[in-house]
Amino acid sequence: MISIENLNIFFGHGQTRSHAVKDVGFTVEKGESFGLVGESGSGKSTVLNCIAGLLTHWSGHMEIDGVRLTQTRDMAFYRKVQMVFQDPYGSLHPRHTIDRTLKEPVKIHRLGDANQRVAQVLEEVGLGAKFRFRFPHQLSGGQRQRVAVARALILDPEVILLDEPTSALDVSIQAEVLNLLQDIRKEKNLTYLLVSHDLAVVCHMCNRLLVMNRGKSVETLTRSQLKRGAISEKYTKQLLIASKGYDRTAIDQFQDFE
Amino acid sequence: MAGNTPLLTVNDLSVVFPSPKGDVCAVNNLGFSMGREKIGIVGESGSGKSVTGRAVLGLLPPYARVTASDITFKGRNLLTCSEKQMRQIRGRQISMVMQDPKYSLNPVRTVGNQISEAYTIHHKAGKKQARQKTLDMLKAVRIRNPAQVYGLYPHEVSGGMGQRIMIAMMLIPEPSLLIADEPTSALDVTVQLQVLAILDDLVQERGMGLIFISHDLALVSSFCDRVIIMYGGQIMEVVDAVNLHKSNHPYTKGLLGCLPKIDGNPDHLPTLVRDEAWLKPPPKCFGRGTAL
Repeated sequence: MISIENLNIFFGHGQTRSHAVKDVGFTVEKGESFGLVGESGSGKSTVLNCIAGLLTHWSGHMEIDGVRLTQTRDMAFYRKVQMVFQDPYGSLHPRHTIDRTLKEPVKIHRLGDANQRVAQVLEEVGLGAKFRFRFPHQLSGGQRQRVAVARALILDPEVILLDEPTSALDVSIQAEVLNLLQDIRKEKNLTYLLVSHDLAVVCHMCNRLLVMNRGKSVETLTRSQLKRGAISEKYTKQLLIASKGYDRTAIDQFQDFE
Repeated sequence: MAGNTPLLTVNDLSVVFPSPKGDVCAVNNLGFSMGREKIGIVGESGSGKSVTGRAVLGLLPPYARVTASDITFKGRNLLTCSEKQMRQIRGRQISMVMQDPKYSLNPVRTVGNQISEAYTIHHKAGKKQARQKTLDMLKAVRIRNPAQVYGLYPHEVSGGMGQRIMIAMMLIPEPSLLIADEPTSALDVTVQLQVLAILDDLVQERGMGLIFISHDLALVSSFCDRVIIMYGGQIMEVVDAVNLHKSNHPYTKGLLGCLPKIDGNPDHLPTLVRDEAWLKPPPKCFGRGTAL
């Protein structure tokens, strides 16, 4: 469904130009859930933004559903690929009601039946009709993230790009949102590309994952490899140890990786 | 507690914020006592954990109504201290590390300058001595080239280094109690652990008490000696960190259960079912104790 080869992404010009993503490549099958894991500055979100068409300074080969992506994207692409952002407080328009926020993509894509679509999608994300005419400030963080998921779902996409969808939420709310995402994927046979810094979240959600560090891909693992600890790269091992909590002796052996 | 007299005792602490829709009770009849140990306060957002830390130091805004029957630090009643006396305690006796170095450091002064100020305010020392002390402290928080970092401005340092600078600044007056309010939540996992290791070593070396406020249950249980679990402004339970996983309280169990685990199964995560009965009856926060 998604195929990325030799992706290079640059920011800036001349002397300040930085090479944010270096020769990254991976493929995701239809209906699969694939994870990108890394620390800040690893380029994981940059890859996602690039696929979504938010960045133009890139080179390499990207294909979605057999169609090669160019620097500009057409309407058909956005019907197929939608994105959910990290911060549910920043990604919803504060002066638009939920109804208006959800109707906007329907209007842009001229799908019709806006009222019915909004009602249906709100039901799907477990919010129901009573939230329809509220403003974002009248919702909690978890509810807002559900609205963000609803906005992505309303166009019936095949691929959803998830950029740290739960990192701004409490663990109890995180569990609810992760469950919702799992259910929707199974029901609609969606393809997920999930970015997270949390190894446990990615392991829970995805059957394969790519570990990234400083713009380079470190290794691709399956969920069972991660569970067994069958890891070949030192960087991934360190990440795994770090995700298991505070252990004074292990920390002294941490090193920096280039 | 190691059998000695407690460092800090808090009894019946309540904090009420007035709002147009009626009073909001952020902390309700909270009490705990600690010695020179690492104690963790864990809870979700809005559970009152940060407000508790700030109330001890008297750092809440004036419109907040803080009442308590007792806040005793080293035998001294903090409730009766004047603002001038509190200034002697803040920093010198009890200091606080905030969450994000980006917002807590002064952007227009060099970090060395800010750290040595923290020292000279509380100790009689000349400029030269303060500079030397600052360099030693920067070294203690494992900054490799202290002399160079001394002259840097906050925007020139990374998040991990910024947090270590904050810790250096808070520890340089040699306080007996450190309150760390989510000191590492903005950092990457490996850097987070490295910063915690520094904090851990320094706290042990100096025999300080540490109140570690965090939302990360797994981290707190592996880092602290005892854990206070808060919900809705009240203490749900206080457990030894090693026994946290054996806890019987439904809230603690619920919080632990809904964490995704690497060795867990990829099916549905259990979700937390909240129960009104966990919370004690509505607060009677007013008219008791002395206002801070």
